[in-house]
Amino acid sequence: MLKLIIRIIPLSLIGFIIVVFFIGLNKSAIYDTKDLVGKKLEKIKLDHLSDNIVITDKDLQKNNYTLINFWASWCVPCLDEHPFLVQLSKEKNLKILGVNYKDNKNNALKFLDRYGNPYHYNAKDFYGKQSIVFGIYGIPESILLDKELTIIKKFVGPINKKDLNFIKMTLGNL
Amino acid sequence: MISNIGNSILFFSVLISLSIIYLSLKNLSNSDRNINKNVYQLSLFQSTLSIICFFSLVMAFIISDFSVITVYQNSHSMKPLLYKISGTWGNHEGSLLLWVIILTIFSFLFLIFNKNHSKKFRLYTLISQNVLILGFLFFLLFNSNPFSIVSPIPNEGLGLNPILQDPALAIHPPLLYIGFVGSSIYFSAALASMLANYSGKLFAQSIKNWVLVSWSFQTIGILAGSIWAYYELGWGGFWFWDPVENASLLPWFAMTALIHSLLVLEKRNLFYFWVIILCILTFILSVTGTFLVRSGILNSVHTFANDPSRGVFILIFLSLMILTSVFVLFNKFKTSNYNIKYKSKETFILVNNWFMIFYLITILVGTIYPIFTEVLTNYKVSVGPPFYNSVIIPIVVIFLLFMTVGPKVKWINDRFDNISFFLKILIASIIINFFIVKFFNSYSWLSNFIVISSIFLIISSTNDLYRYFKNKDWNLSRIISHLSFGFLVLFIGLNHNFSLEKDFNLKVGGKKSFDNYSLEFKDLTLREFQNYKAVIGEFKINNKSQKFNQTLYPEIRIYQNPNTLTYEASIRSGFLKDHYLTMSNIDRSEYYNIKFQKKPFMIWIWISVVFLALGGFIRIFKNVKINY
Repeated sequence: MLKLIIRIIPLSLIGFIIVVFFIGLNKSAIYDTKDLVGKKLEKIKLDHLSDNIVITDKDLQKNNYTLINFWASWCVPCLDEHPFLVQLSKEKNLKILGVNYKDNKNNALKFLDRYGNPYHYNAKDFYGKQSIVFGIYGIPESILLDKELTIIKKFVGPINKKDLNFIKMTLGNL
Repeated sequence: MISNIGNSILFFSVLISLSIIYLSLKNLSNSDRNINKNVYQLSLFQSTLSIICFFSLVMAFIISDFSVITVYQNSHSMKPLLYKISGTWGNHEGSLLLWVIILTIFSFLFLIFNKNHSKKFRLYTLISQNVLILGFLFFLLFNSNPFSIVSPIPNEGLGLNPILQDPALAIHPPLLYIGFVGSSIYFSAALASMLANYSGKLFAQSIKNWVLVSWSFQTIGILAGSIWAYYELGWGGFWFWDPVENASLLPWFAMTALIHSLLVLEKRNLFYFWVIILCILTFILSVTGTFLVRSGILNSVHTFANDPSRGVFILIFLSLMILTSVFVLFNKFKTSNYNIKYKSKETFILVNNWFMIFYLITILVGTIYPIFTEVLTNYKVSVGPPFYNSVIIPIVVIFLLFMTVGPKVKWINDRFDNISFFLKILIASIIINFFIVKFFNSYSWLSNFIVISSIFLIISSTNDLYRYFKNKDWNLSRIISHLSFGFLVLFIGLNHNFSLEKDFNLKVGGKKSFDNYSLEFKDLTLREFQNYKAVIGEFKINNKSQKFNQTLYPEIRIYQNPNTLTYEASIRSGFLKDHYLTMSNIDRSEYYNIKFQKKPFMIWIWISVVFLALGGFIRIFKNVKINY
């Protein structure tokens, strides 16, 4: 009997892991960014990184275009995209909302201090909970919105030169 | 043309694998003492064919045959030759072909190098290995064919990602693959050992060199990847706890545990089933790592282009492997009484294995945890360096203490009469640590323990080295590996504590002073190279206290195909420290963002890992000399 239990436990554990992997594989289909394009974001509510204020969809509706960027000081590729964000921050029609993801405040502020702050709004999501609404599954990720907060494009992974040109083109500045 | 050759060879290889399995099964049932000559010839033919197949793909890359889709997607006619060649394995399809080559070559070499082992055991190993080869051949042919063609033929290729165009990264995948694909052979041997009832000392002897080969190459492969990350990713770190890095570390821990427990199996004929489990685990972890990286289930710095259908294939293959090996294991498993005294080398090796399994589980959990939370609770998380650092680093201290004492303990039963020796070196380590803190810089209490325990190991191993040169009665490979592991931990600890990092904006002609350093932005030039343009900065670094001048040249490179910008760090490696400088442009401004770092002992971290692996290679040569 004991022998049987000893055998069943590792087997069911392995089985469980494999099933989870399998579901995980199929689940990644929802990340298909094509489905997100054209969807309208509603009820955005994010806490400010350092001040005691809340950033909402109303704030973002004032902008012609908004880029929401999810980042963290511990994230390696975020450093790669950082210079591009700094470049984008100088665009007139675009405001960037940085959501600091699963980070701590000190490290985040240090990062911005060190590499420059490209964000017009700084929000925090220290537990990674609010980011779920945006379909974020790994950082960096960015979402480009128009005035009506409709998603124009979602960028999975660091913003690169090509994405930069795409955004500039969307803004009509290239 | 090349596509036809490649596809035909792949198809032909399937037939050969099937014939090897058929012949081996037939050979098993006859009464000959030796293995049929045809089996040898077929196996030789098989590995030769897979090498030819691989070189035909390399050829397609060299001559830029863009009718082959893999070449079109990963190469460009303007690329330097080295990176045309390394482009072959810089993508999913080509690297799978490399898998198959290593599987077949190891299969053949295992067959010819184990002539004095039982025929049944060798044949079962060959059969199992060929089942693996078949699996990967099917994967290649039906899902990830490197020889697929595009029509009409494009004039030019899309180019290889510039950050992959690097010498360290050109050799990184082949080294790593020898490591973890090499582990397939002792996976097969473990199954064969159970099926052929070929256990104990002889089994340990038949696989120990293969474990050492894969471990040593895996170590060097991980090193090449780290060096690449250090100077290519451009921010001064060398280990990021990225899922792909973790995937290479998981089998490494299993191999390390295996190397040690094999010693017990060979000397004392204990832990047979534990060794079997480790053999199976190592290869399963290698395939799991491949699954995690290639399927796109995890997102990471260096994910290949994702395709879930690959994931399904690898997952099915993985499940079959696990099921078969667990089935055989449960059928053959016999409980045995391990009568070992706690004051013996056996116990200490067991302790080593516990530590390895602890590290393995920690990293495995950290790597796959995000998948679980997402599937089960829809809650998305990612596990970052703080988790690994806080779980792993404190345990390293205890591990180092055991690692120091373990090798000196005798087999079977030890009286522990050298306690005073260990006490003496422990006190010496504490004193050395005290001087480091006093004369250089103080650090956290945990760092104190790390430094003390690593010096403890270093002194003890140095003492062994001294005794080795006096009497030659110690095991040199063990001493070198343990000594360099001690140095590795010490240098990583010191590097972590004494690094300096400064960030500022400068324009040409500007100057910045901090600590004892002054840094001057002398000049900026634009140069054209074969496949990129580069903006090169010239910086003069002056250290007032140590009175030296260095000139560093960080670059911003603009690649054409594909159109990408990369920041190349300029690194001046020194005996005691590296100076590391990157610059990036700030849009619409004449200022450049400059990042300066002082990284002490970097070169010694690399050297320590080289010596760690060298220990493995020395043991292989010694074993081969004794046995053949």
